[in-house]
Amino acid sequence: MAGLITTLIVTPLVGALLVSATRNYARALALVFNLITIICAFIIWRNFDPGLPGLQLVERHSWLPAIGAEYLFGIDGLCLLLVVLTSLVFPFALLAQKMDRSFCALMLITQAALYGTFTAHNFVLWFLFYEMSLVPAFLLIKMWGGENRDRAATKFFLYTFLGSVAMLLSFLGIYFARGTFDFISLAELGKTGDVLPGKLKWLAFAGIFLGLAVKVPLFPFHTWLPDAYEAAPTGVSMVLTGALSKMGVYGFIRLLLPLFPNEIATLGPWLLTLTVCSIVIPPLVAWAQSDLKRMVAYLSINHLGYCMLGLFAATAPAVRPLEEMHAALSGVVMQMFNHGITAAALFYFVGLLEQRRGSRGIDDFGGLMQRTPLLCGWMSVVMFSSLGLPGLNGFIGEFLIFKGSFAIAAGYTAVAVLGLLFTAVVFMRAMQSLFSGPLTRACSTFLDLSSHEKWAIIPVTLLMFAIGIAPQFLFNIFNTTVVHMARLLA
Amino acid sequence: MTSTLQLFLIVSSALFSIGLLAALSRRHAIFILIGIELMLAAANLNFIAFWRFGSQPQPPVGVMVAIFSIAIAAAEATVGLALVIAIYRHYRSTNVDQLNQLKG
Amino acid sequence: MSWIVTNIWLIPAVPLAFSLLILFLSSSRRAAAAGAAIIGQIIALGFSILAFLPTLQAPGFRAVQSFTWFTFGDQALRLGWVLDPLAAAMLIMITLVGLCIFVFSVGYMAGDKNFTRFFAYLSFFSGAMLGVVIANSLLLLFVSWELVGLASYLLIGFWIDRPSAAAAAKKAFITTRIGDLGFFLGMLWLYHTSGTLLFYDNGNGALEPSGLLKIGSSATLVALLIFCGAVGKSGQFPLHVWLPDAMEGPTPVSALIHAATMVAAGVFLVARVYPLFSLGAVNGVTPSLMVVISIGVVTALMASLIALAQFDIKRILAYSTVSQLGLMMVSLGVGGVAAGIMHLLAHGFFKALLFLGAGSVIHGLHHEQDIRKMGGLRWIMPVTFLTYTIGMMNLSGVPFFFSGGWTKEEILHRTAEWPLSRLPHYLMLAGVILTALYMTRQMIYVFFGRKRETSDAHESPRVMTMPLIILAVCSIILAIVLTPAWPWLHAYLNGEPARLDFGALIQPMLFLSLLLVAAGIGLAWLMYRNAGETDPLARAQPGLFRFLGQKMWIDEFYEHTFIAFSRVVAHLSDFLDRYFWDGLVNLFSGMGQAFAVLSKGFDDHAINARVDNTTAGARRFGRLIAARHSGQIQAYLGAIAIGMLLLLVLYAWLA
Repeated sequence: MAGLITTLIVTPLVGALLVSATRNYARALALVFNLITIICAFIIWRNFDPGLPGLQLVERHSWLPAIGAEYLFGIDGLCLLLVVLTSLVFPFALLAQKMDRSFCALMLITQAALYGTFTAHNFVLWFLFYEMSLVPAFLLIKMWGGENRDRAATKFFLYTFLGSVAMLLSFLGIYFARGTFDFISLAELGKTGDVLPGKLKWLAFAGIFLGLAVKVPLFPFHTWLPDAYEAAPTGVSMVLTGALSKMGVYGFIRLLLPLFPNEIATLGPWLLTLTVCSIVIPPLVAWAQSDLKRMVAYLSINHLGYCMLGLFAATAPAVRPLEEMHAALSGVVMQMFNHGITAAALFYFVGLLEQRRGSRGIDDFGGLMQRTPLLCGWMSVVMFSSLGLPGLNGFIGEFLIFKGSFAIAAGYTAVAVLGLLFTAVVFMRAMQSLFSGPLTRACSTFLDLSSHEKWAIIPVTLLMFAIGIAPQFLFNIFNTTVVHMARLLA
Repeated sequence: MTSTLQLFLIVSSALFSIGLLAALSRRHAIFILIGIELMLAAANLNFIAFWRFGSQPQPPVGVMVAIFSIAIAAAEATVGLALVIAIYRHYRSTNVDQLNQLKG
Repeated sequence: MSWIVTNIWLIPAVPLAFSLLILFLSSSRRAAAAGAAIIGQIIALGFSILAFLPTLQAPGFRAVQSFTWFTFGDQALRLGWVLDPLAAAMLIMITLVGLCIFVFSVGYMAGDKNFTRFFAYLSFFSGAMLGVVIANSLLLLFVSWELVGLASYLLIGFWIDRPSAAAAAKKAFITTRIGDLGFFLGMLWLYHTSGTLLFYDNGNGALEPSGLLKIGSSATLVALLIFCGAVGKSGQFPLHVWLPDAMEGPTPVSALIHAATMVAAGVFLVARVYPLFSLGAVNGVTPSLMVVISIGVVTALMASLIALAQFDIKRILAYSTVSQLGLMMVSLGVGGVAAGIMHLLAHGFFKALLFLGAGSVIHGLHHEQDIRKMGGLRWIMPVTFLTYTIGMMNLSGVPFFFSGGWTKEEILHRTAEWPLSRLPHYLMLAGVILTALYMTRQMIYVFFGRKRETSDAHESPRVMTMPLIILAVCSIILAIVLTPAWPWLHAYLNGEPARLDFGALIQPMLFLSLLLVAAGIGLAWLMYRNAGETDPLARAQPGLFRFLGQKMWIDEFYEHTFIAFSRVVAHLSDFLDRYFWDGLVNLFSGMGQAFAVLSKGFDDHAINARVDNTTAGARRFGRLIAARHSGQIQAYLGAIAIGMLLLLVLYAWLA
C-alpha cells in the first residue's frame, strides 16, 4: 500500500489543525486522531514483512535535487517498533491530564515530527522532522510547565539546538565532500572509511556525536534533562522520556554507528566509560533527590545508558562475536521500547500523585498503601518493571544488553551492573517512603484510581507483563533488522 | 551738459538706489512695493537708455519691450497689492517685521 | 513416563494462578482466599508426589523439558524444567511445609484486615519457590529467584503501616540484590563461555561434560559469582544482616520464607550448579569450594554466638537458621552435597516447626516476642511445648529419633573426611555445642521456670496446633530414611541404590556428637535453670554479651561505612551534577552571554557612537543655517542686494 507512511505523518498534523479550531472536546478529538494513527501503525505492521532486512513501504520522490534532498520514507524493524511505541505513548500522555486545545494541537505536531524522524531516510528530511519536534516541545514546557519553566524550556531548547547545529554542520561538510544525504549511501561510505579526509572526519564525528549525545542524553551532557522533565507538565514529561529520548538513540544507530565505525573503535574505551558513568552516576543522583519527578528523570538517564552501553559494546571493541552483537543490539532495541512505556508510566503515576497532593516531594507522602491500594499496586508494578524485575518488560532488554556487552566488554559491564543495584535502592526508598508507614494527614483524603485512570494504566501494565513473559512478538518485528545491522557493523 | 548715456545711467542707478533703500528700510508693505516699482522703473530707464545710445536705435523695438515690461510691472503690482490686502485682512497689520511665519 | 513429568511446569503454575485469582478477590472474601490458597497448595503437593514417584523407579532419574523463550538475532534463548531426585525431594518438602504453614496462617492471621492479600502473596511465593527448584536453566532459576525475592519483600513488609517492617523489607530486597548482581554476572559469564544456560540438555547442557569443558578455567570465578547470589539469599556472612530483620514479617512468613524454603534456595543453588564448583577438583578441593567452606564456617559460628545473646524468640531462631545454612554450606564445600541437601530438607521441616511453635507462643501471648517476659508455658501450651521440644531436639542434633540429628551427623562425617584440614570439623563440633546451648536457653526461658507476664496466655486453636503436630511427625518420620543403617535419602539423592547395614550405626563420631549435644544441653541447663533477671552470660561477660547482643555491630559497621559512603557519593554526585556539570553548561552559556554583552558594547561605543557624532554634527550645522532663515522678507532682500553687490565687485575685479 502506497502512501501509508505519509498518511501516518499527515494524520496528526491534520488533527492539530482541526483541534486548534475546535472550542470544546479538544482532547477527545486529539484522542480520535491518535486512534487513527494507531490504526495506521497497525496497518503498517500488518503490511510489514519481518523477514526482509531492508527498507519497506518505501515512498521515494524527488524533492530538492539541487541540495540532494529527497522525499524518502521507509520502514525497517527498528523504525516500525519506534512508530508503534510513539503511537502508544501519545494517547497515554494525552490521557494523563485535561488540557486545552492548543496543548493538544502541539502534542499532535510533536507526534507527527516523531513519526517523520523515525521513518525518514534522507538526512535533510530527517533533520527537518528532528528539529520540528523541538519547537512544540519547547512551547509545551514553556507555556504549561511548572516552576522554573522558562529557564528549563530555554535550556532544553538551546542545548539540544546547539547540538543539532553541530550535527547539521557536520552533515553539510560530508555533503559538500561526498554529495549525498541518503542514509544508505552514507552507511556505505562509512564502511569504506573515507567519509571525509583526515582531520575533518574527526571534526564531523565530534559534531554528530555532540548533537546526539545531548539528545539521548549521555553523561555529562545530561543536565538539561532533569530540569526539563521536572518543569514539563506530566503528559509532556511522558512524551519527552517515552518517545523523544528515543530520537537520540535512534540517531546513534542510524547515523553515527554506520558512518564512523573506525572512530568509534578508536574512542571505544572513552565512549564505554561515558556510558558506564551514564549508568552508575544518575541513579546515585536520583537517590539524593527529594522531588519524585526529578528522581524519575535521573533514572531515565540511567536506562538510556543501558542502551548506549549495548550500542558501544556492539561497535567499539576489537573482538566482537556476531552472536553477542545480536544479543546487545536486540537488547538495545528492546530496551528502547520498554523504557518508552515504563518511564512514561512512571511519570504518569508521579503525575497522579501530584494531582492528588499538589506537590511531589518524596516526603510529602506516606502510608498510601492503606488509602489507595490500587494506585500503589499498579505503581509498584511499574517501578519493579523499571528496576528490571524478571517477569516484567524491563528485564528482557537489560538481560540481553548485559549478556552481549559482558561477552564483549566484560570490565565495563561488570561496573555497569552496579546501576541495577542503585536503581533498586532508589525505588526501594521511594516505595518505603510513599507506600508504607503511617498514613500522613495530607494523604488521608486521597482517592484511589478512578475508572478512567484505570483504563489508561491497565493496558500499559498488561503490555509490560506480556513483554516480560512472552516477548517473542516484539522480537519478530526487529530480528531480521538487527541481524542485518550487526552484519553492517561487524 | 549733453544728454549722454552716462547721464541716463546715473539717473537710473540713483532711482534704483532710492527704490532699494525704500524696499529695505520701510516697514510698511505698500512702501516696499513702491520701492520695488521704483527699482523696476530704474531698470526700464536703463533699458531704454541702452537702446537709444546703442548700435541699432530704430524706433519700435526698445520701446515695445519697455512698454511690455511696464505692463507686466503693473500686473505684478496688482497682485502685490492684492496680497498685501489679504495679509492685512488676516493679520490686521502690514508691518513686515511681524510677518515672519516662514522663518527656519 | 507419567504425564506430570512432561508437564512439570504445572507445579509452580498452579500456586501462581491461584495467587493471581486471590489477588483479584475482594478483601472481604476471606474464606475463599484462604481456601483457594490451600487448595492450590494441595494440588501442588499432589503433583509433587506424582512427580516424586517416577524418580524412585531408577537411581539417577532425570527428566528434562526444554522450550524456547524467545529468539533474538538468529539464536534462540532456551529455558527448561528438570525433574531429578534433588528437585523432587525439594518439591515435596516445599509443598508439604508450605501446606502446613498455609493452614497455620489461617489461624494466625485471623484478625488481619489484609487477610486475602496475605494468602495471595503466600501462594505467589510458593509458586516462585517451586519454580526455582525445577528450573533447568540458570536464567529461569534466576527469574524465579528474583520473584521469590519479590515475594519475600512483599511478605516481610506485609504490615506496611509499621515503618520497621517497611525498612526490613527494603533491607532484605537490597541486600539480596547485592548478591544477585554477582549471580547475574556469573550467569552472563556462564552463558558466554558455555553458550547455553540450560543445566542439562541431552549432553549439551552447561553442567554436562561438554559444557564444563567449554567453561574450563573460568569455572572458579563463575562459581564464585553465582555463590554471591547464594550468600545473599541464604543469609551467609557478610550479607546475613537482612535475615534477622526480616522477622518483622508475620510469623508464618518467617517460617515459610526465612526458615524452610527461600533461604534454602542459596544452598539449593550451590547444589544445583555443583559441577561448576567441583570442576577441576584435586582431592575434592577447589578454590571456589574453599571459599564456600570459609563463608559457611564463619557464618555458622558467628550466628550461633549471636543467637546466645538475643532475647527475641524469633530472632534467636533466625540466627539459628543463619547458622544452620552455614553448616549446609560447609557440607557442600567439603563435598557432601547429599548431606547438605538432606540437612536442608530436614531443616525445612523442623525449622518450620520451630517457627510455627514460636508463632503459636507469640499468638498465645498476644504478640509478645521477648523471651524474658515468657516462662512456664510448659503447662499452659502443652501441644506447642511438646512439638517445640521435638523441633529443638532436631535442631540441637540429638540423633536416633530426630532427622536433624542424623543429617548433622552426616555433615560432621563429611567434614572429618575433608583432606585439607580438620579445622572446619572442629569448628563445626564447637557449633554443635553452641546450638544445643542457645536452643536449651531459649526453651528454658520460654517454657520452664516461673511465669513472667504470661498470666493470660492460652493454647492456640486447633488450626494452628495441627500443622505443628504434622511437622513434628514428619521430622521424626524423616529420620527413618536418614539413618546410616539405611541411608535411603542419601542414596536417592546421589542416584545410588540404598543398602541396609546396621553396622554403620556403631561409630565413634556418633558418640562424640551425642556427648557434645549432651554437654551443650547440660551446660545450658546449669547456666539458665535459675537465671534471674539478667542473663547469666551477661553477668559473667558483660562486654562480650553486649557485643553479641548488638549482633557484633555488623549492621552499625555497614551503616557507617558502605551505606554512609554511598550516601555521601550520592550527594556528591548530586552536587557535582547541579554545580559542576550543569555549571559547565552555565559557564558555556555564560560565555555566550558575555560575548553578547561585549559585542553590544562594541556596537554602542564604537560603531553607533561614530554615526551618532556625524549626524549630530550635521544637525548642529542645520540648526545654524536655519537660524538665518528669520522669515523677515527684508533680510532676504538685503541679502540679495549684498549678493548682487558682491557679484558686481567680483565682476569688476575679474574684468
